[in-house]
Amino acid sequence: MIPNDSPTSQARPGTPVVVAPTPEETPWSLWEVFVRSSRGLSHVHAGSLHAPDAAMALRNARDLYTRRNEGVSIWVVPAEAISSSDPDSKGSFFESPQGKDYRHATYYTKSEGVKHL
Amino acid sequence: MTDKATDFAIEGHGDISVGVSGAGASGDGSASATRITPGNALRPEDIALEIRRGQVKPSDDVAEFALRIGDDALILAQRLGHWISRAPELEEDVALGNIALDQLGHARSFLTYAGAAWGKSEDDLAYFRSEPEFRSAHLVEQPNGDFAVTIARQFVVSYYQYELYRRLTESTDATLAAISAKAVKEVDYHRDHSAQWVLRLAGGTEESRARMIQGFQLIWPYVDELFEDDELTTRLAESGAAVEPSSLRGDFDRLTGEVLAEAGLDIPKVPQALGGGRRGKHSEFLGYVLAEMQVLAREHPGASW
Repeated sequence: MIPNDSPTSQARPGTPVVVAPTPEETPWSLWEVFVRSSRGLSHVHAGSLHAPDAAMALRNARDLYTRRNEGVSIWVVPAEAISSSDPDSKGSFFESPQGKDYRHATYYTKSEGVKHL
Repeated sequence: MTDKATDFAIEGHGDISVGVSGAGASGDGSASATRITPGNALRPEDIALEIRRGQVKPSDDVAEFALRIGDDALILAQRLGHWISRAPELEEDVALGNIALDQLGHARSFLTYAGAAWGKSEDDLAYFRSEPEFRSAHLVEQPNGDFAVTIARQFVVSYYQYELYRRLTESTDATLAAISAKAVKEVDYHRDHSAQWVLRLAGGTEESRARMIQGFQLIWPYVDELFEDDELTTRLAESGAAVEPSSLRGDFDRLTGEVLAEAGLDIPKVPQALGGGRRGKHSEFLGYVLAEMQVLAREHPGASW
């Protein structure tokens, strides 16, 4: 399955990334699948699949990702609708908070006389 | 597997009839936040256990009827299994494989139960009967053809099976009712799968529409046989164990008609085949299906892996 941080960056392993579709052979588009397991957990990215439209994407997701009783709810999202952060700029994007421990509550000591903090 | 290990699952018919709720101890899904359980629906093994304990035994009529619908599911599963690795897309490959496995599960349950009347196992019935002993309808032995032919066959068979199983959930035979209660939910999805494809193929390109129409032309001659009554079904309908197949036709025509109308397709005007599958008279196709299905079990009796 494709990495979480770049849904549109590559096709399924084994298929050529660059495909020049002929008019007769339009490839099915890529969909990202989110499955919610039972008892209130949130939808979690399960993987991706190909489907001609949303209705069939839901059905394919049911067949591919809930075969073993994994879920009670499915979302499918066109992969192209997901904007993702650039995996090559992880440094500037995500490393800035490192070392800034004053952003954590544990950085501070409790003032005298304060209850229930 | 010891009896003790499965005691929780079976305590007479009360529990196996309930399908997904009830039994409790294993697989109720509440044990852990992350553990995935198989659930606790009725399995063929549960039926076999009840048979061994002498808790259930079908009448000869019910067994003969279970053989018919079990054979339908078995031959269809064998046909559909042939699509694995051959479907137009990977996703559809899995979908057809899932449907085949659903059908195989139904076949195992019905054949296990039928075999109890004659002291035979599901494997005895599946692998060691000859062609005239099979009771499947001609529809399910029809070749896969192209994808549209398979979808046409799926469309007919799933709408038929849905109406049949829906009624059998109220059978006076508790095991027949329990198997049907599980099967009807799965067949409901098979209906949806085939209907979605009928709509898309009919409304797709000129080529896909032409193939869908051709698919129905090839499959429709085998529709009438599904709804034929005979002495067995009449006796079973009188006892409340089953229903006359003809009584399903109205709902079948109405519901398939709605989808075909939405797809802009006409019901094919084709002569109906003679049928005879319920009496063991089959077309030339079944022999080849059986040869492939049975060869391993006959070459190596009792083999397991």
